[in-house]
Amino acid sequence: MTDGPAPVLAAELIRWSWIGDHLDDIRDDLLQHVQLTFLAVLLGLLLAFPLSLAAFRWPRLYAPILGSTGILFTIPSLALFILLIPFTGLSISTSLIGLTMYTLLILVRNIVEGLRGVDRDVREAAEAMGYTRARQLFQVELPLALPVIIAGIRIATVTTIGLVTITALIGQGGLGQLFIDGFTLNFATPIVVGIVLSALLAFTADLALVGLQHQLTPWARSRGR
Amino acid sequence: MNVVNEVLAWLTDPAQWSGPDGIPVRTLQHLWYSVLATAIAAAVALPIGVYIGHTGRGAIVAVNLTNLGRAIPSLGIIILMFTIFGFGIAPILVTLFALAIPPIVTNSYIGVRSVDPDVREAAEGMGMRGRQVLWRVELPMAMPLIMAGIRTSAVQVVATATLAAFVGLGGLGRYLIDGLAQRDLAEVVGGAILVAVLSLVTELLLGRVQTLVVSKGLTERGADAAVRAKVEKAA
Amino acid sequence: MRRIRLGGAAVAACLALVLAACGGDDALEGGTQPNEQSSVTVGSTNFSEQLILAQMYAAVLEKAGVDVTVRPNLGNREVVFPALEKGEIDLLPEYNGSVLSFLNPDATQTTSEEVNTALTPLLDGKGLVALQQSPAEDKDGWAVTKETADRYGLAKVSDLKGKAGQLVVGGPPELETRPAGLPGLKKVYGIEDFKEFKALDAGGPLTTSALNKGDIDVGRVFTTQGAIDEFGWVVLEEDKPLQPAQNIVPIGRKDAMTDQVKQALDAISAKITTEELIKLNKLVDVDKQDPEKVANDWLTQQGLL
Repeated sequence: MTDGPAPVLAAELIRWSWIGDHLDDIRDDLLQHVQLTFLAVLLGLLLAFPLSLAAFRWPRLYAPILGSTGILFTIPSLALFILLIPFTGLSISTSLIGLTMYTLLILVRNIVEGLRGVDRDVREAAEAMGYTRARQLFQVELPLALPVIIAGIRIATVTTIGLVTITALIGQGGLGQLFIDGFTLNFATPIVVGIVLSALLAFTADLALVGLQHQLTPWARSRGR
Repeated sequence: MNVVNEVLAWLTDPAQWSGPDGIPVRTLQHLWYSVLATAIAAAVALPIGVYIGHTGRGAIVAVNLTNLGRAIPSLGIIILMFTIFGFGIAPILVTLFALAIPPIVTNSYIGVRSVDPDVREAAEGMGMRGRQVLWRVELPMAMPLIMAGIRTSAVQVVATATLAAFVGLGGLGRYLIDGLAQRDLAEVVGGAILVAVLSLVTELLLGRVQTLVVSKGLTERGADAAVRAKVEKAA
Repeated sequence: MRRIRLGGAAVAACLALVLAACGGDDALEGGTQPNEQSSVTVGSTNFSEQLILAQMYAAVLEKAGVDVTVRPNLGNREVVFPALEKGEIDLLPEYNGSVLSFLNPDATQTTSEEVNTALTPLLDGKGLVALQQSPAEDKDGWAVTKETADRYGLAKVSDLKGKAGQLVVGGPPELETRPAGLPGLKKVYGIEDFKEFKALDAGGPLTTSALNKGDIDVGRVFTTQGAIDEFGWVVLEEDKPLQPAQNIVPIGRKDAMTDQVKQALDAISAKITTEELIKLNKLVDVDKQDPEKVANDWLTQQGLL
């Protein structure tokens, strides 16, 4: 016989009729993908802020927090999801918990670095002007740290969009479901659609966040960066 | 906890450490995919990043490549590659290669680009031509960032090489896939720990290499002072 | 200025998408409904036959007026069956022999009657019930390419004896430990160890590709796979009783299997034969037709839709 199943020809890479027939499924997968990403990043932010502020306020906490989150980050995402299954099943919680953990790690690191990067002079000036610790934090340090924080949110968002596809291996998946379908049926079209849409989604989200950053940091605009 | 005991038992079982299914063999397979892909990626990405940094052409691509690269779902790539190439090593190599390229390009570009223009001018003033400036000034000064890029790529690649098991190959990912298939939680945890350890070791090892490779007078912050000193000395 | 505008448009796009997403709650949940009597979630594992059967069940249930959600392609049985036990899905198309060995790894029953008898109490204990089985069987088999069959003179499973040491075998990871897998070959047929075992998948694209490319010589297959005819594989004849019966049978949670549901499913179970199943698999595996379409077409032909 031959060397195996005939290599998929470029012509068969996209069977447009398949796309036409499956617009509903594709749309559902895309929506699920967006929801999972949005929730994971939001939850990550909500959890990251207190942790980061604590690490910033009490520098001794920083090293252990960063260290432990750093180690968790090296755990392959697939393993994390698999390990959660016995506890939370094939449900949305399993995916969300895993995804949120990863966004948390990225965000903590960036928020703390952003806060630390605020110029010492500025901080001292604020202190000299009589700003309370809290006011200093919210009116001076956080706004100045925003670019770095948003850079962190960008990375977290794009990374999560990629990770959501892995949740297809545990029954969720968003656009990842298209990969699994294509794999099972040995059919390239759903896979290509999934890849293109994931990339577009990430690109769009990234652009949106850059736009947000520009809106939120008007003082940075005039420097023509 | 029971799971902890089971995992420890799995990790310390001598049977786990011998034979074609053993941890050493699987680790070597894992490293083989990772090293091969990263090396080829570096060979391709470094020249590109350096060229863009040196000439300034195509900067937008270089700057955004890392961000775009993060957007490409590795699972999708490997499945697509499998659908095209079938069983074999091609799918995992292509996937890891694609993963490793962006950080190296971006970092090499930034590394070369961010060499202090004064230093570059000084070198040109000394009569160095483009290529000499590149090799004797820009590259050495860009080394910290270039190495950081290679490190980032390498660690990502090692973590993602677990996908090889998804398309029937070897590597440490086998413990995840087989453990899942046989409902052996200890195997999954054990495999995850091994991958995590390997990633950390990679990070530390390359950190060491970076210290060795980066020119002695050069730290990320002391770069300007050091090079200025060198240029003055040579004058 | 241009960058901000572009960013603004992207923000708007993202917000719109997110708002739309929040409105589509079913997409998020992936179909997990609380267990009411009139709603059924049909799941499936990850090969094409399963996708077809799940769509079939869903179609007839919907026709019978049941509120149905389909969650296909969830993974392998190790992941999916616990979901059934937990109530995340209510119904699975299954194979009696495989479920038995899944629930009782030491099971050695082989005929349909024996298997079903042994299965009932095990399912009962988990709040599950097996409905009427189909005459159709999708058994586990051993396949080789025609070249391999000719080269080593293989037609029956017992022909592997004395030659296994030169051959590489591939299949799902659990093949190494299941009684009907490699240990069974040793115990029942006296076949020695193979040269190498490659953990791939169960009747999936990995085994297919590896077998065709020669990375494995013997592959674990499902006897109704479209690939067998497509590539002219030789499925070795089981000349000793090792493989258990594998009738297609819907297995569901007791509280979801109402009379209405049972009636609808029993009607199709009676009509699914092995030959029909092979034909349907071919349409999906080889002709790359959509499982849902194939299921619906067949049901219409059979007058069940």
